[in-house]
Amino acid sequence: MSKTKKKTFLLDFEKPLCELESRIDQIKTLAEENQVDVSAEISQLEIRADQLRQEIFSTLTPGQRLQLARHPRRPSTLDYVQAISDEWLELHGDRGGYDDPALVGGVARIDGRPVVIMGHQKGRDTKDNVARNFGMAFPGGYRKALRLMEHANKFDLPILTFIDTPGAWSGVEAEKLGQGEAIAYNLKKMFSFDVPIICTVIGEGGSGGALGIGVADRLLMLEHSVYTVASPEACAAILWKDAKKSDRAAAALKITSWDLKELGIIDGIISEPSSGAHANPVDAAVKLKQAIWKNLEELWQMTPQQRKELRYQKFRNMGRFEIVEAQ
Amino acid sequence: MSSLFDWFANIRKTEPAVQKQQEREIADGLWTKCSSCNSVAYTKDLQANQLVCPECKYHNRVDSDERIKQITDAGTWKPLDENIHPIDPLKFRDRKDYQARLQDYQSKTGLTDAVTTGTGLIDGLPIALGVMDFRFMGGSMGSVVGEKLCRLIEHATAESFPVVIVCASGGARMQEGMFSLMQMAKISGALQRHQEAKLLYIPILAHPTMGGVTASFAMLGDIILAEPKATIGFAGRRVIEQTLREKLPDGFQTSEYLLEHGFVDSIVPRTQLKKTLTQLISLHQPFYTLMSPLEQNNGHHSEVSEKV
Ligand SMILES: [Zn+2]
Repeated sequence: MSKTKKKTFLLDFEKPLCELESRIDQIKTLAEENQVDVSAEISQLEIRADQLRQEIFSTLTPGQRLQLARHPRRPSTLDYVQAISDEWLELHGDRGGYDDPALVGGVARIDGRPVVIMGHQKGRDTKDNVARNFGMAFPGGYRKALRLMEHANKFDLPILTFIDTPGAWSGVEAEKLGQGEAIAYNLKKMFSFDVPIICTVIGEGGSGGALGIGVADRLLMLEHSVYTVASPEACAAILWKDAKKSDRAAAALKITSWDLKELGIIDGIISEPSSGAHANPVDAAVKLKQAIWKNLEELWQMTPQQRKELRYQKFRNMGRFEIVEAQ
Repeated sequence: MSSLFDWFANIRKTEPAVQKQQEREIADGLWTKCSSCNSVAYTKDLQANQLVCPECKYHNRVDSDERIKQITDAGTWKPLDENIHPIDPLKFRDRKDYQARLQDYQSKTGLTDAVTTGTGLIDGLPIALGVMDFRFMGGSMGSVVGEKLCRLIEHATAESFPVVIVCASGGARMQEGMFSLMQMAKISGALQRHQEAKLLYIPILAHPTMGGVTASFAMLGDIILAEPKATIGFAGRRVIEQTLREKLPDGFQTSEYLLEHGFVDSIVPRTQLKKTLTQLISLHQPFYTLMSPLEQNNGHHSEVSEKV
């Protein structure tokens, strides 16, 4: 039996923890081979690993959180779809001549209930990423998403979207086909649907390209995902005139789930396994499913009119300004 | 967003030096040199021509107060929500505090933020009008722009007014982070309700209309008009050039390019804008007036060609 080569990709801050974990594994194997009881030592080391994990993940800078949100091994839309649904059929095409591999969607059954799911799709490896355009959708992707949402609305199926994109694709072809129009039209139409809409940022919520499938009754974020008006790199290049200041931009832009919950932008944070979703995708999917289900149950209690009003008011209330009475 | 970057880069490479005498008179404001064809026009003539160069038809930037005068009937303008002022919700500091930036732009422009909204008449027909002002932080869209436009659209929905928005913006205002991005959704939601009331919305795309403004209300018109040769797009040129490492096609992201690809209905020279708007609004109010106000006023239909 050929051993599957596990591609390890480690961020700098993950390394000490990973080293410790592999040392524990080594000791376990050695102890087993030599039939020595090292359980006391192992449990000591495991406590240490837990502490280290706690320390690392509770003190991440916004820049490091951004790296985590972009982690190559972070579960993607299709990973979660497969993990949470009993049945899944992907549907293709925008009916305008294009099928975008960077934005996927289809019909699924979750715990017996049919839903329509769509989301940005990053690649699982370099080759796949090129095919998926790194999760950066074309106008056709947004139009496919809209078509699927209209389908969901017609058949009274809730809409679940998974947001995970660096941004909408910036290229000549995308401009020619109306990237701005495609996103704009989705924003408007999403306010018209009668069915519940739950949008979850599962990784990287990049600007307008994220918002293009992001108008929700409930807007959720996985704990270690980010949502930002512009990529910290672009922001740093424009405002600091130095792309290397992206860590500072990441901090200033307030892009983490905690920041955005506090600012009232999102409705809920879905906690992740202690070393991030990629460390335990199965557990992450369970938590995601629970959160979606809980919100869906609440939304089902409302009439379509109530949901639309909720959706409208939710976005209507976003923004901070002051009313200055005339002197 | 990144298009702002491009825009500032373009400002820097302005025209070469001219004769000192003329320069002084230009500095005095008596004459204005066209930044496109270098011809020198008497400033009063240029203003009378709505800041369109009489020689080359270059459309100079129009400030919001001037634009309101160009579009609405004299004495009919009623501003809305002038008391909404920006704040600094994220305590944002790049090379300068956002709060300080705001104050700078406020004192420099006399504006509170990048949009002016209100109601007025256009050849006797009521409209709700929003005008973005590029002078204020590149017309960038933050909470105030979103809130004022939303209130304008909601007011129009309640009063059954058509909405006209003159767009001129580099996109989202990064200093307000996600609040800025969410204005796109917020305004689009208000436009959905305006549409459900079967009311007319016409955005006018002036130079430049980019980023989050393009990806929301600029592209959501029932009818979309653009000024000649405006730059209109989602991603900035620089971003596209960097990702593609290739030269962009001629005329890329201009009004004419968007017309060719089906994203604007008509390119309207500024000197014809009021007439065209009046015509469109009256055509969509069959019960309001049976005869076009143009016919009432001029006794003939508007012409498509531009007269100088
Ligand atoms: Zn000229």
